[in-house]
Amino acid sequence: MENKPFSTQVCLDDFIPATDEEKEYMVSMRPSSTFFKDGIKRLKKNKIAVISFFIIVIITLAAIFAPMFWPYSYDQMLGVNPGQPVDNSFLNLAPFEYGQSEIARMEAGESVVPHIFGTDSQGRDYFIRVVYGTRISLAVGFFASIIVLLIGLAVGSVSGYAGGKVDLIIMRIVDIIYSLPDMLMVILLASVLKMVLDNALEGTVLSKIGSNILSLFIVFGLLYWVSMARLIRGQILSLKEQEYVLAARAAGAGGKWVIFKHLIPNCFSVIIISTALQIPSAIFTESYLSFLGLGVNAPMPSLGSLASDALNGLSSYPSRLVIPAVVISLIVLSLNLFGDGLRDAFDPKLNS
Amino acid sequence: MSEQQKNDNLVEIRHLKEYFNVNVGFFKSRPLKAVDDVSFTIKRGETLGLVGESGCGKTTVGRTILNLYKPTSGEIIYDGKPIKSKSDIKGFRKKATMVFQDPYSSLNPRMTVSDIIAEPLDVHDMYKSKEERRERILELMGYVGLNSEHASRYAHEFSGGQRQRIGIARSLAINPEFIVCDEPVSALDVSIQAQVINMFDELQEKLGLTYLFIAHDLLVVRHISDRIAVMYLGKLVELADAKEIYDHPQHPYSKSLLSAVPVPDPKTARANKRIVLSGDIPSPLNAPSGCPFRTRCAYATAKCAEAMPELKEISSGHFAACNIL
Repeated sequence: MENKPFSTQVCLDDFIPATDEEKEYMVSMRPSSTFFKDGIKRLKKNKIAVISFFIIVIITLAAIFAPMFWPYSYDQMLGVNPGQPVDNSFLNLAPFEYGQSEIARMEAGESVVPHIFGTDSQGRDYFIRVVYGTRISLAVGFFASIIVLLIGLAVGSVSGYAGGKVDLIIMRIVDIIYSLPDMLMVILLASVLKMVLDNALEGTVLSKIGSNILSLFIVFGLLYWVSMARLIRGQILSLKEQEYVLAARAAGAGGKWVIFKHLIPNCFSVIIISTALQIPSAIFTESYLSFLGLGVNAPMPSLGSLASDALNGLSSYPSRLVIPAVVISLIVLSLNLFGDGLRDAFDPKLNS
Repeated sequence: MSEQQKNDNLVEIRHLKEYFNVNVGFFKSRPLKAVDDVSFTIKRGETLGLVGESGCGKTTVGRTILNLYKPTSGEIIYDGKPIKSKSDIKGFRKKATMVFQDPYSSLNPRMTVSDIIAEPLDVHDMYKSKEERRERILELMGYVGLNSEHASRYAHEFSGGQRQRIGIARSLAINPEFIVCDEPVSALDVSIQAQVINMFDELQEKLGLTYLFIAHDLLVVRHISDRIAVMYLGKLVELADAKEIYDHPQHPYSKSLLSAVPVPDPKTARANKRIVLSGDIPSPLNAPSGCPFRTRCAYATAKCAEAMPELKEISSGHFAACNIL
């Protein structure tokens, strides 16, 4: 059919039904997307969270791998060599300064790894001590959060799923622990456990880690699971009323099946977020316990004990306080920001 | 299956009571009589429709029959055997399943369709190899008209009707004999309702299923049911063949309920008189004494307040519980 110019006549050829092949072409399956893929997509868009994540990864990798190729060790006093008089030139070096024997070696043409953060009052390389301190802090943070998570998850899910009297009793216990002043309890428990563990650990591998660190884990496990347990109980209470739980029970599933297959996977986002936010608070607690002298055993450093030691020479060597303080702040800040990013990405209530 | 067995009652409910304790004060609790002394039977291969207004205990009856709630008293007899002990219930779970009302909350959002459908199989360990499990899933998806490409997807990627099909496939997984359908179509729109209802019919024919079909849409119930039971405030008030109850309802409540059915023909609709009840349904927490319907019944007498009238057979296969009959 010929169409006249300027005519409003509709060209009928444009409206013939599509052939099967054309229809086939138009049908395309949207790629299957899970809740987690969606969440990660949202997380990637959050620049602050991504940067924080990379800072955490870099610090963690440095804490794990730096001691492997760094020539000094955290408890090596560089001025002290067997058979030679103590070389005082290694004490209290400022960043990028060298001891007398090192200057001599450099003049002889040897290369010497610089003390990029200087040395401390006993002539130990400060950089490696900060790295070890970071290692301890991160380890305490991660393991303490995992302990808190495991206890909180177990207690919270049983309490929420069982309901009734079991729930009532568990929640009253939680309330009691919640109402104790945590700082006082942490300090009391840490000092009591230290005495008990010191005897028990003598001669075992664990004695090297120190009873203090272990008592810290125990303190975390005993005190900080309560808020996690409450959170998970609340989630489970609302999830167990869902019809898919009823459907599973109608199919003959028992409590274990329902909790592991249905309830816990559905509170995964809450679990991840609160664990991520638990880590910095554990690091913080460890730091100030170490600062108060209840942390790791000397000569093992932690960021808190490094800061505490640095207080003595604060006016002469301020960098020794600033460096561990900056590292603590960096770790805690980036973990908090990353945790916030996770919450924004995975908490469906905040999504518009 | 012999002819004799076919006529057997598959499910028999005797004096079923289900009371929930409801806290009314700080330490006080009062029983809420969700289901109060209900008895009926379901024959093998038939569909019993259960109707009544919201909150009358239909869903509770369905769930109690499947032992999802422990009955307060009364007996559930399945295939001639009472279901009481834990081992009875375990065996019973392999024969009776349920289809749920809300296709949005009855599927776990973290599971793929194949995991959802295979869940009863996994729970009962009913396959030998991964391959057998996969084949069974595909077979079930075929029954309910789902594409095999859907197996690895998540529930949120489907429409309401498709989700309900997934739920139905799950309930068929264990090769059940008896399915409680708890308002399976009320959350779907009308065109999808028709598809799903027809699918229930086809599956019944193909697999020889027995349904307890709970609904409040009276036209849907009429279409699918062989017999219909009417409930009011936790009590059974009338039970008869589908046609009989629609043509000659006897109980005053059934009469009023059925007069509310919309008729797609204006002439008949105008000729039919709608019986409008006065007042609201009483709270089941303090239900009236005797017949629960007496507060809204036009024929109520002093006798009605004394005791709940017995369910009497007023004509062959037609039972009603009312003093005026």
